[in-house]
Amino acid sequence: MIAEIGHFALILALCVALLLALVPAWGCLVGNQRAMGMAPSLAVGLLLFSLIAFACLATVFLQDDFSVALVANNSNTLLPDAYKFSAVWGNHEGSLLLWVLILAGWTAAVAVFSAQLPLIVLARVLAVMGAISVGFLSFSIFTSNPFSRLLPNTPMEGMDLNPLLQDPGLIIHPPILYMGYVGFSVAFAFAIAALWGGRLDAAWARWSRPWTNVAWAFLTLGIMLGSWWAYYELGWGGWWFWDPVENASFMPWLAGTALVHSLAVTEKRGLFKSWTVLLALFAFSLSLLGTFLVRSGVLTSVHAFATDPARGLFILVFLAIVVGGSLVLFALRAPAVSSRVRFEWLSRDTLLLFNNVVFLVATITVLFGTLFPLIMDAFGQGKYSVGPPYFNTVFVPLMALLVPFMGIGPISRWKRDTARRWQAELLLPALVALICGLTLPLFGGEDYNVWVAIALVMAFWLTFGLLRDLWHRCGAKLSGLRRLSPSYWGMVLAHLGFAAAIIGVVLASQYSEERDLRMEAGQSETLAGYRFQLLEVARVRGPNYVADEARFEVSRDGKLIARLAPQKRHYLAGGSMMTEAAIDAGLWRDIYVAMGEAVGEGGWAIRLHYKPMVRWMWLGAILMGAGGLLTVADRRYRGRKQPASDTVEAGAHAGAA
Amino acid sequence: MPARLKLFLPLVVFFGLALLLFRGLQLDPRELPSALIDQPFPAFSLPSLASGETLNVEALRGEVALYNIWATWCYTCRVEHPYLLKLAQQGVPIYGVNYKDEPEAARRWLAELGDPYRDNIVDQKGTLGLDLGVTGAPETYLVDKRGVIRYRHVGEVNERVWKGTLEPLYDELLREDS
Repeated sequence: MIAEIGHFALILALCVALLLALVPAWGCLVGNQRAMGMAPSLAVGLLLFSLIAFACLATVFLQDDFSVALVANNSNTLLPDAYKFSAVWGNHEGSLLLWVLILAGWTAAVAVFSAQLPLIVLARVLAVMGAISVGFLSFSIFTSNPFSRLLPNTPMEGMDLNPLLQDPGLIIHPPILYMGYVGFSVAFAFAIAALWGGRLDAAWARWSRPWTNVAWAFLTLGIMLGSWWAYYELGWGGWWFWDPVENASFMPWLAGTALVHSLAVTEKRGLFKSWTVLLALFAFSLSLLGTFLVRSGVLTSVHAFATDPARGLFILVFLAIVVGGSLVLFALRAPAVSSRVRFEWLSRDTLLLFNNVVFLVATITVLFGTLFPLIMDAFGQGKYSVGPPYFNTVFVPLMALLVPFMGIGPISRWKRDTARRWQAELLLPALVALICGLTLPLFGGEDYNVWVAIALVMAFWLTFGLLRDLWHRCGAKLSGLRRLSPSYWGMVLAHLGFAAAIIGVVLASQYSEERDLRMEAGQSETLAGYRFQLLEVARVRGPNYVADEARFEVSRDGKLIARLAPQKRHYLAGGSMMTEAAIDAGLWRDIYVAMGEAVGEGGWAIRLHYKPMVRWMWLGAILMGAGGLLTVADRRYRGRKQPASDTVEAGAHAGAA
Repeated sequence: MPARLKLFLPLVVFFGLALLLFRGLQLDPRELPSALIDQPFPAFSLPSLASGETLNVEALRGEVALYNIWATWCYTCRVEHPYLLKLAQQGVPIYGVNYKDEPEAARRWLAELGDPYRDNIVDQKGTLGLDLGVTGAPETYLVDKRGVIRYRHVGEVNERVWKGTLEPLYDELLREDS
């Protein structure tokens, strides 16, 4: 019964979404205020019905109702309740429902928090979001119904959730990631609304910015959680694999990063309007492309969903309508003439343009690498796979190219700046960064590591440049720090986060040590100055698995540092084996032990890792995410209705030239 | 009006991309060509799971058969298993290669779920898998009477794969040999 209520709620949600897509749009076309005014309540209704559907699905999972096919295939009575709940999105159908719910959530949020928007703009934005909901709800109902029953042959026991997904990280990773993915639909809807109304102006950019920043922040955190999960759960200490599914989430992030910066230029200076609108379309289009790649089976990946060609075709048609349609609208309505506003070569405008170019090129290289196997296959050139060597070769230099200019950005002035001023401001930070960066690796290891030196110089360059800028802006007084706006603080945090991430990525890659060993109880081994003693291997029993657990004591200079107990788990329902790594985490280093298979009599394959500074990468991502969220607190986004003439270039708006 | 034409560029690029993706839907990325197609099944000398006797490639030659790479740690193998049982009941000879697995666990699995295999080669270290170029379990090889590999399927064998690809080839090989 509950499943049927959920199914019914989902159908009602589709009906409401259809109304939301059509009625306000009609109102905008004929100028009917009442039709436009219905948009916010329809948006809330959409959220309500999506929420009911989602709650019903969660309930059947928690009740172990194996007559629902999805539950039978992805859950089990032995599964702990938290994982029964997260099993809702540990599969294609349920995760699509989560997507639908989050989209409805964003739609309702726009309806509730956009009091300062003119009604016609709000109606257009909500209509576009309603139309996107129609697409995803139809996809769910017609090709991936999460509520289908297994009748009359109802199994007594479920097949269990994939053990890889039975993990706390996976409870929060998909919702946060989807918040980011789907959040770009708001920027997309604002862009479409602006093209529709023919007004690409500073007001549009100001409305889009907080939504875009929040979506970007969630995506940053989501990707970070995914990387962290891969690190501790997959058992071999890697944190980024350039897997198609990872790339699918990374591409919208790269485009979104460009968008966040481009929106700043459009808001403050009225420049790059067509460009910004195009980036807004790109960011969401890449989210949709990611959905297609993950769910259609065109690319193989370790974490792709079970695939079905019919679903692939549905998303492709949807993708063609949404992306194709929006690009047609863009081609017809975006301003074709370049703006009359000018800027000089040495200016913040140029630096941000450079940021945009780098991130766009990065997006395209990742897209190309991801689709390359498909391209070669489509042209009958055989099977290829593109791995980390390609991505690292093209991606690392691009990011390295970005950093020198990124350091100048915050201190630079709009429109016109001078080299002399930059020199006066930044010579000191540059020198300090150079000295610190070049000397620190001397203490890092036996051999002087050039890559570490370069990374440190870059990170310090960003950090000291920011500190210098902070010092200036607060008038060289600590009390002045309070006067700085939240969006400025957001920028500082995000840029510091980027510096931290550079340190984490490069140092962890360069200084990591690992050993693959066969160990027996009583044996001890040394890695990077740490002594790992295997005390015993014991059998332990978990809620839905039995495991061999290796108990280690890690000590340094005779002092006990940590007790680690990696496991090799045998899941009872699915029969699958999983390694569960044990990690002693720290700000300066991680010690990581993973257990392999039994080798010979009493011996076990053991992998020991020493990973310095690896946490800095995730810490950096958290800072970036926090920075993105902080910008929303800025007062200028919360003002009451602003007159539409409050633009940099009143009157010079879009339309066919 | 060339300035406006420029704005159509993203649309044109997207159109190309969409065509590529459409083509992608018709291709199967799991369909891996094998360097071993039309090559003899690699030689091995490994114990049998049931009896412990040493098996080699000559001993298993003589009829058209499927060689199925499987393991108890492999989730998909469990999904595939009932279908293999069905094929075995229809009289299709299936040999198992128990790949990088614990023999004890493998025996327990067969006792619990039923045994579709004529015999099982215990490839605990994965040496035979290496010679075959196995990318992961499950994989299934169609081998003819003379011990030559004629087809390789990566992933689960189910009704669609069997009816669509494997059975026609299998029937053809049976006819070829008679």
